[in-house]
Amino acid sequence: MDKFKDILKLFLISLKIGLFTFGGGYGMLALIEHEFTEKRNYLSAEEFADMVAIAESTPGPIAINAATYTGYKRAGFFGALAATLGVCIPSFIIIFVISLFFNAFLSYKIVQYAFRGVQACVIFLILYTGVKTFIKLKKTPFGIAVMCVTFACMTLLGLFAVDFSSVFYILISGAAGLFVYLAGLVAARIKRGKK
Amino acid sequence: MIYAKLFLVFLKIGAVSFGGGYGMISLIRESVLEYGWLTEEKFLDFIAVSESTPGPLAVNMATFIGASQAGIGGALVATLGVVLPSFAVLLVVSAVLGNILKYAGVKAVLGGIRPAVTAMILSTAVLMAAPLFFGADSVYGEFSFKWKNVAVFAAVAALWLFFKIVLRRNIPPVLLIIFSAAAGIAVYSL
Repeated sequence: MDKFKDILKLFLISLKIGLFTFGGGYGMLALIEHEFTEKRNYLSAEEFADMVAIAESTPGPIAINAATYTGYKRAGFFGALAATLGVCIPSFIIIFVISLFFNAFLSYKIVQYAFRGVQACVIFLILYTGVKTFIKLKKTPFGIAVMCVTFACMTLLGLFAVDFSSVFYILISGAAGLFVYLAGLVAARIKRGKK
Repeated sequence: MIYAKLFLVFLKIGAVSFGGGYGMISLIRESVLEYGWLTEEKFLDFIAVSESTPGPLAVNMATFIGASQAGIGGALVATLGVVLPSFAVLLVVSAVLGNILKYAGVKAVLGGIRPAVTAMILSTAVLMAAPLFFGADSVYGEFSFKWKNVAVFAAVAALWLFFKIVLRRNIPPVLLIIFSAAAGIAVYSL
């Protein structure tokens, strides 16, 4: 019974987090820290820092990763399920309701004008996020090389209308990272062998 | 079968994307354009709505795109698809692996992926700016300078700078979006 209460509580807190965060993962992390670390001690400060690093390093939406991890730590599989559902349900309902009226809404001239302005703003937001990500990036020579090559390939292929899925950039760059690391290990071993 | 397609496309996106919502933008954009689900402009509208409503950007985008193609069922399968890989991976990580960053191999792979994702976000901004500002989505299109869109972009950038330099704070994205909507109404009603 206690466990059930725990899971229900996780669900309700996650629902609140899902309902009150704007702008995705990073905004949500602040609220998760407030609810789970400061108010309730579900995660220690150290565990929270680990959780953020893991959520950023695994595929998928950061908020979902964070919710699943935190929920599991607190109450196992059903805790993870409750937290993830809680984070998703408010967005799902809100967006679904909007989608019902969106086309009708867009048929007004003034709304179309507003959205044309908004489109330019979204370009700014994407660019801004890209620059912010770049600033946070650890700048190793290898990393800079991967970045420049990916940027050049993707932009040029895109502008020349060549089909090439972005999935490959992720797979190739991940493999390249592993290859460089392994090559470094082998090189170090050969060096040691010579001495 | 639209449900299966939506589910699989978003499952793939959820499984291979890194760096949260904006890290996914390039993959989502390619898929919606490839299947003809949205135009480039509609896609930008969807991002704006997803950014201005609560919740994770990726979940909002999946729900929105799913709903636009196949109603409530589409919204459900697309959202489930984008969430499922995350959920499964994190379950394994938290139950079995613990802090995966202690493995040197994982760090090495991420050392390659992180810069690539950064480049993908920047490149997507450039590729989406091309049709919006110059009227052509590739070098084969007809070039026409869309000064009204560029003017709104400049105004948004100026407002952001004003907050950053004069008020010394980051302006919330929602405020930027509201401002740009007003700016859009102003320049297009001219």
